[in-house]
Order: sequence, then C-alpha cells, then structure tokens
Amino acid sequence: MKEFKGRIVTPGTVTAEAVVTHEGFNTLASLQMALQFGDKEAKCGDQNNAELNGKPLAGKALCLPQTIGSTTGGLVLYCACAMGRQPACMLFANHIDSLAAAGAVLADVWVDGVTMPVIDCLGDEFLNYVKDGMTITVKEDGTVCVD
Amino acid sequence: MFLTDEQQRILNGEKGETMAKVMKTMVMYGDAFEAEKLVPISSKYNHLVTSFGLKVMSPVYDLMQKLLDAEVVSGQKFSVDPRPLDKKVPANFLQNFVFNKFMYTKQDFYEDQLEKLGLMDKDAFTCACYMDEVGNKPEKGEILSWAESSAVVYANSVLGARCNRNSGILDIMGSIVGYVPYFGLLTDEGRKATWVIKIETTKKPEAQLLGSAIGMKVMEDVPYVIGLDKWIGNELNDEACTYLKDFGAATASNGAVGLYHIENLTPEAVEKGKDLIVEGAKEYVIDDAELERVKNNYPVVWKNPDAKPKLCFMGCPHMSLQQLKDWTDKVEASLKEAGNKKVLIPTVFTAAPKVLEAFNKTDYAKRLEATGVITSYICPLMYMNNPLCKKMPVITSSNKLRTYTSARYYTDDEILNAITKGGK
Repeated sequence: MKEFKGRIVTPGTVTAEAVVTHEGFNTLASLQMALQFGDKEAKCGDQNNAELNGKPLAGKALCLPQTIGSTTGGLVLYCACAMGRQPACMLFANHIDSLAAAGAVLADVWVDGVTMPVIDCLGDEFLNYVKDGMTITVKEDGTVCVD
Repeated sequence: MFLTDEQQRILNGEKGETMAKVMKTMVMYGDAFEAEKLVPISSKYNHLVTSFGLKVMSPVYDLMQKLLDAEVVSGQKFSVDPRPLDKKVPANFLQNFVFNKFMYTKQDFYEDQLEKLGLMDKDAFTCACYMDEVGNKPEKGEILSWAESSAVVYANSVLGARCNRNSGILDIMGSIVGYVPYFGLLTDEGRKATWVIKIETTKKPEAQLLGSAIGMKVMEDVPYVIGLDKWIGNELNDEACTYLKDFGAATASNGAVGLYHIENLTPEAVEKGKDLIVEGAKEYVIDDAELERVKNNYPVVWKNPDAKPKLCFMGCPHMSLQQLKDWTDKVEASLKEAGNKKVLIPTVFTAAPKVLEAFNKTDYAKRLEATGVITSYICPLMYMNNPLCKKMPVITSSNKLRTYTSARYYTDDEILNAITKGGK
C-alpha cells in the first residue's frame, strides 16, 4: 500500500476501484452518450482515449492528470452527479482545471445528498503508481491510499 | 479570498438564499484556484455554452428554474451556442424521430428559460458570437464570464479580452452576481507563455491540424507560437481571424488551451513580444512530418472505413461571412473543373443566423445554393450527438467535430475534392 497526500477540493471519504488515464480526461466526450442514453455504468465514450474508452466510470475512483475539452465539461459532471452516475471520487495528479472545479463545486453546492470527493495536486508519482483495478481509499484529510 | 462588504453581504444572504448560493458557487470556484478576490465583469454581453434542450439535461433546467423562480437573473444579456436542430439539414425518418421525440424534447422549454434569463435576441444562437454580424465582440482588457471553449480562446487570444475557461452554468452565475474570481487567464502572470511553439513547415499549416497538435502537447498551458506569421501575415484581417478561429477551436478541444499568442500578430504578442515567455518554457517544433503524424493518429471509428461519405459538415465553429464567400468560389470552381454541377455528397455549411442573414443578401448565396450546398445555423456536434450517427459516415475538416463525434477529419483541400469530385 502507498499513500499520497493531495489538496482537498471537495471533501469526503470513499473506497473504490481505480480507473486510470494518463491523458487529459475529456468530460463531454467521455460521458455525453452514457448520460444521454441511460447507461447506468457511465461507460466512457471517448474514442480518443484508448485507456478509458468503453470502461465504466460510475462509482469508480477516476485517476487523471486533468480534464480537457468543451466548456460543457463542468455542467456534464454536475449532471452526472445529479443523476447518480458520477465517479466515486476524482483524483488529479495536477492542479485541478477550471472545468472540473466547476463541476465539483456545482455538485457540492446545488445537488443534495451527493458526495464526490475531489483531491488534486497528487503528483506525477501518483499517476505512475496507480493502475486499473487497484483499491483506492480517500481519507478525510485528503490522503489517498492505493492498495 | 478577500470579499468586499457587498460581496460578503450577498454571501450572507442579504439578497436571498438562492443569490447566496450563486455567490457561494463563485467563491468556492475561486478558492479552488487560490483566487485572492472577485473582480467585476466589464463586458457588455455574456456568452453561454448550453443551448440544447436535451431531455437528459434536466438537472440543468431544474437549476435554471430555481434561479428564475427566485428572480435571480442576470442584468447582462447574453448570446448562446447554436441550436441543435434545423429542418434544412438532411435527416432520415428514424433520426427525425429520435431528435424530436426523444432527445431534444426540452428545446422549446429551455429556449423560453433562456429568453427569461436574458438572451440578447431570438437569433443570438452561435458559438462564434464575436462575429461583427452577431455583435458580441468584447474589447481588449474586458473581463468576461463566458463559456464555450472556442469562443473563450478567441476572445482571449485574438481580441485580448480576459476570461477563464468557465464551465456551463458557471458562465451565467458569474454574470448574475456580476463578479468572477481573479485567477488564471485574468491575471498578467497567468497570460504568460510556458511553451514556445516553432513552426517549421514548408507550407501553410492546416489551421485545425496545427491547433490539434498544439492542444494535445500543451494541454491547458499558454503557447507562444513563432513562425506562423510567415504563413498568415501580421495583420488581424478577415483571413487571419478565420484561421485563428479554427486553429483556436482545435487547441481547445484536443487540449484545454484558453489563450495563445502568435508572434507579430495577436495583440499581446505584438505589444510585449518574447517578454510574454516565462523562463524555462518548454519547446515544441512542428514540421510537415509532425502534422502528418498527428493526422495519421486520428482514430477512424466508422464501421466500414472505406464507406462512401453520406454527409459533409463544415463550420464547427461556425463559419465567418468571408469563409462562406471563399468556399462558394472554391466549390464553384472545383465543380466546373470536374464537369459537375452539384456537390456529390450532401454538404452543410453552418454559420450564425446573423451571418447567414448577411450572406443571403449577397450574390454568393444563390451561387452556393446552385451547387447544392445547404446552409444552416445548427451545431453539427449536437446533430451528431447520438448513436444513429455512429453508423453514418460523415466527413468534416473540423477537428472539434472529429473529437466529439464519429465524423472523420479531412483537410480543407481533401474535403473540397470529396464533395466536388468524389475523390478521397
């Protein structure tokens, strides 16, 4: 087991299975079809992301450098949270980007009963270490345990 | 974050619970970036990204309704991204059924909400709101609360306005409270380049391909591009602005670029030159081989990669008036050369309603119509945003459309060849 310390963007605790991308996570491309056509697993639909394409994202610990793409990104993430199809947590190697931050904040302020811990600044080492299927635990103080 | 007395009172609920939540959203958003303060928005108009009445986006409409019910609306009028549907654009029975009875059933409801929230006018639906004909063109140095990645990168880079890559919903919330957090591209420091891009091609690089290569490399950083002025000049005329519109959209969709500087061309690069580059900036050299490599790496997601294209979309982001005129000349000439009268693939050129209105007043409109090309105000991305289109071989020279849909990318010349001569 290895621990990484990050910065808390939105708080919470959770344990979930990791899905990992080393490329930017394109929120619109990844989630639009899944949300639109009732895919409860929210399988990634981003054909440009070979690591994630086709993999379920709902309820997973999404490990990523940052999000990229359309400025609908935050809104899409907000909708995923409101519909209960969001990742269990989002763990950023880099500083969070403006779109992901918007999605996390919108969900935190405007959606009742949904918790999606978001931790950023976990560093490149985190992303190099974590692999698909590993168990991730996010602690209250922003510590991320990878098992 | 430091808040003024007025901002603190709003956060404390002086203007009601809903307004307090809007302020809380902006403060939390700023805190995520260690913003030191909120600064007033100074542009005349806002621009929103969410224009589509997708049934599945009901959480968005619910939130908008909460704002309307609490009479928490913006004093600032806004334009918004393109509508998703137009009867002029070819669609089969099944597509029409899915579009109208399943996907976009909330379109009228949402447009009604937008009007109440402050839509500029009924035709203010375009991603290229900065076109002169549309009239939402901010001045240099103005602070914006815009969303729409292609519009934000254009406003920052070509117009010299200051705007972060705000998300949908955040865009209108900033406008409602009248403030945005001061961080990132709003600051002098955040507008400095951390990448130097050297263009060493032997011909004018395809705008969308070059933008794509840079976006994938720099992600959300600010690139300073050297050597592009050799190909597009050092004057921000129609041709250069059109090029930068398409280039920027690609940097923002294949990456997360919100600002670029083009040496000797864009306003801040002209003013400050290489002083904009931070010490230790990374370097990326782009030559013909690199662009070819990027293009060849685009995945082909058609079921049958050799299928004959059934539709061609041009105009993501929306085309300019000059672009429509230039393409009219090109399509006409190429058809004549091939001995054809009409385009061989159903082809749609998309542009803002106001740009189309201006285009329709020129002789070009009838000439383009005679070639069989259809003009429309829709968002091609929204049209293709459904599983039925996955099976449909659509071609485009828009890298943004390629990124988000199953449309296949070709260069402008290849598109022209395909639609007028049937070539690949």
